[in-house]
Amino acid sequence: MALDAGPSPQHRGGEALPGPAIIPGMTERPLKVLIAKPGLDGHDRGAKVLARGLRDEGFEVVYTGLRQTPEMIVTAALQEDVDVVGLSILSGAHMTLLPRICSLLRARGMDDVLVAAGGIIPDEDVPALKEAGVAAIFGPGTTIAQVADFLRANARPRE
Amino acid sequence: MPTPGRGSSATPGSAGADALCEAALAGDRRALARLLTAVENRTPLAEAALRRLHPLAGRAQLVGVTGPPGAGKSTLVAALIAELRRAGRPVAVVAVDPSSPITGGAVLGDRVRMQAYASDDGVFIRSMASRGHSGGLASATTAAASVFDAVGFDVVLIETVGTGQSEVEVAAAADTTVVVEAPEMGDEIQAIKAGLLEVADIVVVNKGDRAGAHRTAAQLHAMLADSRGETRPGRPAPKRPEVLVATAATGEGVAELLASIDRHRTTGHGADGESARLHRAEAQVWSVLVDRLHDRVRALEGAEELDGDGWSGAGEWLRSVAAHETDPYSAADAILEQLIGRRVAPGPNE
Repeated sequence: MALDAGPSPQHRGGEALPGPAIIPGMTERPLKVLIAKPGLDGHDRGAKVLARGLRDEGFEVVYTGLRQTPEMIVTAALQEDVDVVGLSILSGAHMTLLPRICSLLRARGMDDVLVAAGGIIPDEDVPALKEAGVAAIFGPGTTIAQVADFLRANARPRE
Repeated sequence: MPTPGRGSSATPGSAGADALCEAALAGDRRALARLLTAVENRTPLAEAALRRLHPLAGRAQLVGVTGPPGAGKSTLVAALIAELRRAGRPVAVVAVDPSSPITGGAVLGDRVRMQAYASDDGVFIRSMASRGHSGGLASATTAAASVFDAVGFDVVLIETVGTGQSEVEVAAAADTTVVVEAPEMGDEIQAIKAGLLEVADIVVVNKGDRAGAHRTAAQLHAMLADSRGETRPGRPAPKRPEVLVATAATGEGVAELLASIDRHRTTGHGADGESARLHRAEAQVWSVLVDRLHDRVRALEGAEELDGDGWSGAGEWLRSVAAHETDPYSAADAILEQLIGRRVAPGPNE
């Protein structure tokens, strides 16, 4: 019998329900993810579907919307103190924008933030992006569950 | 017995808290962000930090922005940021969005409307999930606002979740409460219902370029500002909010709104402001008290073994209530008595 009236997903049984995005060894706290659209393409359906899907996986998702500069994204990540930055890009400018975001994150002391990207990114660009600091690239056909599991497994525990 | 004004500073987490507070006070935005995370997660470090920062707070104007979903709160907050920055005033925002009662997840979308200040150190926006707290705020919202206050932001805008009629908690958290309405959201009867509009210091009808905005404002004005609320001894006088029309998306009417907020800051800091601050202190202390009691009740819940006084733990009482041998009131009194170590004073009717 719980005296706590608040929702506590951890205490609910049932295999079918998604687990909360808690970092192991921490106090109860959902993982916080920034979803941003860098650059000039106007296609944000994928980012919105992902934001909603991660919500259903128990993440706290900060959605910042379209046409973000790397500076805007990094400032938002810093102010929100997120665990993960997720970048959706379909414009083809990923080789310019994603490394720039990674280096700005490092420059502002956020090298413990996990960076992942999704969208239309050719396979031959993946090694260079990983080299630049993007931990994972999710192409078309990726399921929400795959993304959620990856983020839970790879977001770095912080104090 | 400790007396007011003599807080203890040696608490768990105080070493790390001092370092983080120093950095945040010196203008380190990353440290500020981490401090807010600790506050949101209610860690021991946060408590130590809030003890340290409390004496430094109390200078900022805390402005609550509340109203129904889609009324334009975030857009209006963005417009207020622009107006405040034009005057060179540093501004922080705490924007609350709801957490899922099913998964605990949340989509925090208020930043979408507040994008223009990436390289401006005079603006700091923090989203917060309500995490099961009802009332329109998150349980850590007041504490987060107080951190912004302590590190020197002139204005802290507290944006609530989209509210219904009765989520009035923001009024206790803020010096000035702005209720945002949209045109055609209701008639004069809506305006005289109890709840949200009662706690408004300022009512803004947003989307002022839409048909019906001015009529909505006139109706609200007639019911809220013109009606002479009678003053009776021993009862707070009804507020008579200013009613404004603004179009947040174009910025029209926003300068007037800020002027109205500033007026409330100067004129509201008489007897009224004092009672607002006392009200906030009460809310803060009670919330900590309830948390502490809650923690101790939960600790008791697990304590099954007999102690020296023959206490058998809360579990025994719960089972007894479940079996209808004890009523819930007697059980609660017995648990409370155990917690505070003495008999609870009987009420006036006993």
